[in-house]
Amino acid sequence: MDPRLVTAIEVVVGVPAVLFLYIILTEQILRPIPDRRRGTLRPWLWLAPALAFLAVFLVYPTIGTIIHSFQNSAGTKFVGLDNFVYFFTSPTTLVALKNNILWVILLTALTVGFGMLIAVLVDRVRYESVAKAVIFLPLAISMVAASVIWTFMFLYRAPGEPQTGTMNAFVGLFGVGPVPWLQVQDFSFNTILLIIVMAWMWTGFCMVIISAALKGISVELLEAARVDGANEWQVFRGIIFPLLLPTLAVVGTTVVITALKAFDIVYVMTGGNFDTQVMAQAMIQQMFVNSNFGRASAVAVVLLLTIIPVMALNIRRFQAQEAIR
Amino acid sequence: MTAAAQAVSDAQVVAKDKERKSRFGRLPLHIAIVGLMVIWLIPTIGLLINSFRPPDAVLNSGWWTAIFAPSQLSLDNYAHVLAQSNIGAQFVNSLFITIPATIIPVLVAAFAAYAFAWMSFPGRNLLFVIVVGLLVVPLQTTLIPILQLYSPKGLNIAGSFLTVWLAHTGYGLPFAIFLLRNFMGGLPKEVFESAAIDGASPVTSFLRLALPMSIPAIAALVIFQFLFVWNDLLVALVFLGSSPQNLPLTVGISNLVTSLGGGWEFLGAAAFISMALPLLVFFALQRYFVRGITGGSVKG
Repeated sequence: MDPRLVTAIEVVVGVPAVLFLYIILTEQILRPIPDRRRGTLRPWLWLAPALAFLAVFLVYPTIGTIIHSFQNSAGTKFVGLDNFVYFFTSPTTLVALKNNILWVILLTALTVGFGMLIAVLVDRVRYESVAKAVIFLPLAISMVAASVIWTFMFLYRAPGEPQTGTMNAFVGLFGVGPVPWLQVQDFSFNTILLIIVMAWMWTGFCMVIISAALKGISVELLEAARVDGANEWQVFRGIIFPLLLPTLAVVGTTVVITALKAFDIVYVMTGGNFDTQVMAQAMIQQMFVNSNFGRASAVAVVLLLTIIPVMALNIRRFQAQEAIR
Repeated sequence: MTAAAQAVSDAQVVAKDKERKSRFGRLPLHIAIVGLMVIWLIPTIGLLINSFRPPDAVLNSGWWTAIFAPSQLSLDNYAHVLAQSNIGAQFVNSLFITIPATIIPVLVAAFAAYAFAWMSFPGRNLLFVIVVGLLVVPLQTTLIPILQLYSPKGLNIAGSFLTVWLAHTGYGLPFAIFLLRNFMGGLPKEVFESAAIDGASPVTSFLRLALPMSIPAIAALVIFQFLFVWNDLLVALVFLGSSPQNLPLTVGISNLVTSLGGGWEFLGAAAFISMALPLLVFFALQRYFVRGITGGSVKG
């Protein structure tokens, strides 16, 4: 038997057993303690495993990365702001930063825009669930698989050879091309194509949440407006859109974070070449190709700094939501 | 029938009436929706068809020509990929990685969520807000210190499955705790109160009441975490990169993209092998998947 299979069985059966045993044991531990103290101690025993994981895998490494970002490549000496100076002066990382901004703006616009459009459209037809499943499907597969699918869409072969890539065959019908899609750097054209791939995956996510909010708008309200003579566009502008705004904000922040963390699609489809690099991929480049942990950490810290406003927004929204519970 | 219900049914009659009158007016709507569906499906269908075509056909003609010559389709590429590359072993690796990395965070989060929802202690709300804040920490920020923690100077487990199990547990916890705490907090209070009066310990309440009643949320979470880990490239690349025999499908396929170059029939087959399980999970449990997404942000 494969020794790794043994490990897997041990973990699948053993780990849950240990965890359940831990929770059952907490009561045994608490038994000799006086009643009043028991109540204050118990929640901490229940929280302990989760807090330990959060501390070791999120809090500690984030602090560690911030410290690393002020050190040299091997982490042996403090170098002040050198790594950040490099980040904001090197053409490669500046392109990555510029591309990330484009990712945030375009991906959010595309996914929220199309997500809302499709949610509003399919709400009016009987085959709604089928249509939603089709749009939603790409979210279930990996970005690596999506990248393979779309690299094939954009496949380029020299003029004269049969163009078997879908996009080049399509533009070929109009006598255009073949176009080496992913290598066209003018106006960040290839980065925009990568963003479209991500939008293909994430539109379904936005659509599902917006659609759920749409179902919550009362039918009477919409009908009242229609009876009063409002056309479909006025109903959308005057009632549906304002009522959807809070949901759009929620969906938008999620997509913004996704855009900032974008990695897989760039890594697989272009490897960051032809000026398509983004921050997350530039960081991995610094880590494994240049073995420069200081610079890689600085990239990560910049990434974190851009996300902090979103995090603050997230917490404020959550607290407002809790207040009305 | 109440006045409100009457109004609704009147409205529905009006709507039906309108629908009948404007059947032709609705044609553009159907064209738009079907058009979008076709655009969304074409990329996947193209590669799917090519994964069943012989190599010379893939090289010389587009996938759309196979629609007129379906006899050339076969499973040969799948057999070839499974026999010639490590895809089979990597499929098993992906399972090894994903199953524990799903079970551990869901259980650990369930304990924490129960404490957050049904136990009172000082600092409870502040602590929960911090957990919600951790939701957005980019995992890129954590990679280097954890990699060093795993190195021979630290825990010395670099390259083993344990590294990704632990890391995915840490990364998955904030969302898991958030989702489960919101769900458990919404369970009826009376149930827990009467259980406590009857002398049930918190462990009993948790195992007999909270856990079984939270099955819908747990199901959604399991699907979510499963898909997240199965589809992950970055974490596997960073923590398992040093041991090729442990690599999952995502890393394997991303390597094939560079090494195979033009072998689209094989690359397509490999990609669809990697998609088989997520798609199966998606179609079987779509309802829970959607609930998991909407449950975290939209109520009702």
